[in-house]
Amino acid sequence: MSSSRFVITVIGLDRVGIVAGISRVMAEHNVNIADIRQTIMNDLFTMIMLAEVKGENVDLTAFQEAMSAIGKELGVQVIVQHEDVFRFMHRI
Amino acid sequence: MLIHPDEILETINMVTNEHLDIRTVTMGINLRGCSHPDIKVFNQNIFSRILRCAENLVRTTEDIQTLYGIPIINKRISVTPIAIVAESCQADDYCSVAETLDRAAQEAGIDFIGGFSALVQKGMTPGDLKLINSIPQALATTKKVCSSVNVATTKAGINMDAVAMMGHIIKRTAELTADRAGIGCAKLVVFANAPDDNPFMAGAFHGIGEPDCVINVGVSGPGVVNSAVRALQNPDLGDISECIKKTAFKITRMGEMVGKEVARRLGAQFGVLDLSLAPTPAVGDSVAAILEAMGLESCGTHGTTAALALLNDAVKKGGAMASSSVGGLSGAFIPVSEDEGMIRAVQCGSLSLDKLEAMTCVCSVGLDMIAVPGDTSPATISAIIADEMAIGMINKKTTAVRIIPAPGTKVGDMVEFGGLLGTAPVMPVHNFSSEIFIGRGGRIPAPIQALTN
Repeated sequence: MSSSRFVITVIGLDRVGIVAGISRVMAEHNVNIADIRQTIMNDLFTMIMLAEVKGENVDLTAFQEAMSAIGKELGVQVIVQHEDVFRFMHRI
Repeated sequence: MLIHPDEILETINMVTNEHLDIRTVTMGINLRGCSHPDIKVFNQNIFSRILRCAENLVRTTEDIQTLYGIPIINKRISVTPIAIVAESCQADDYCSVAETLDRAAQEAGIDFIGGFSALVQKGMTPGDLKLINSIPQALATTKKVCSSVNVATTKAGINMDAVAMMGHIIKRTAELTADRAGIGCAKLVVFANAPDDNPFMAGAFHGIGEPDCVINVGVSGPGVVNSAVRALQNPDLGDISECIKKTAFKITRMGEMVGKEVARRLGAQFGVLDLSLAPTPAVGDSVAAILEAMGLESCGTHGTTAALALLNDAVKKGGAMASSSVGGLSGAFIPVSEDEGMIRAVQCGSLSLDKLEAMTCVCSVGLDMIAVPGDTSPATISAIIADEMAIGMINKKTTAVRIIPAPGTKVGDMVEFGGLLGTAPVMPVHNFSSEIFIGRGGRIPAPIQALTN
């Protein structure tokens, strides 16, 4: 692993409070937003965030569960993946 | 942002909608240090050796799955062929070894363990003979153990005595698991040119010349290739090949990343990345569907072999560019029961056993997960094996036969195996006898292709 940065993808129907809800949970887990992009694709709200985790001992599973839970509450799908998966797959 | 959003969404779509997965992380474990004349001590040795190597396999694999968000479907173990390591045991059969492997697999929490195997392409040792005779009982009394027998290589020719024997062994295996549609046969493969580092079951074993402990990864993704081909606008066949190559490249890169990280965390060597399009019963996750996407009305019709050759070659080329550790079988699998499109093709009459045999000349394995009527004779099964072994021997490639003479079934019946093994339509075999040919025994000599030195 070359870093501890994660890509967080949020996909679903647009509504009030998605960014607020997601970023609140991230703050609670001490996860910093390094970059954020948002667009509407095929009528779906799509937000992609690059998140940084400081420190070694991050409970990834707990963070993922919390993100899924808030996603469920907001009616959107939230996926948290290490950034390497995208780098390896599309770049040499 | 350094990563393009389109790339992120493409990856997520591959996983959520197109069934992209790491099919298996398979740990190869050397058992050569476990030999002992007393089979009880030997069994204790292999049990503790397997658990020592694999105690963290499942947990580590699950951690990696969480980290990358890529599903890892199976965790498996392959071991040194048992016929070799059990040879010095003073025992009449090796069923207790299979039971020990099953217990170890259960304890380690893995899905399958392969290596109840013998390599008999040129002849049999007493250990090989005991192992082969133990197969029916061993597969009937265990759940996770997989068995394979290599009966031919390009260098050695075909051991027709072993081929004849395997016809009877397969029939006996089906009979002993008759209450479960002959499922024992789904865990038994007969090989030509078996690879030493294949992570896929039922044919995985930890070959001679492999390191002490190694991680091999099998990646799949017929659904991804199928969607990519179908998205092309009026392509010619060169465009299709290019598209498959690019898709295979991406899938392979992901597999290599996962394999290296699992190996690093477990302190094992990273072995090979096997990119094989292994279908699952899920709709769309089908090799037949890819062939049909190229323009065939139904898989098995004229043109299918050419389409499969294009697919298999493009997969290999994409994989070879993406990783320097490509090995195992790497190509396209064409198991009937595990592929919804193949099942449909058999049912509508477009795909026959003879066409499947032709297809195995250009793809990575052979006649796989094929159900034939319960009254098929051992000689006919042996003859089917002999044909397939000849294809492998002459073309210097791996071929295999995994055939299930499902007890009590006739042509047209459906046999249910469940899970990844799927559902097999019972296919007709030729009614003319091969009895005398198989009964002759002996060896088909190594072909002229073997004389390369």
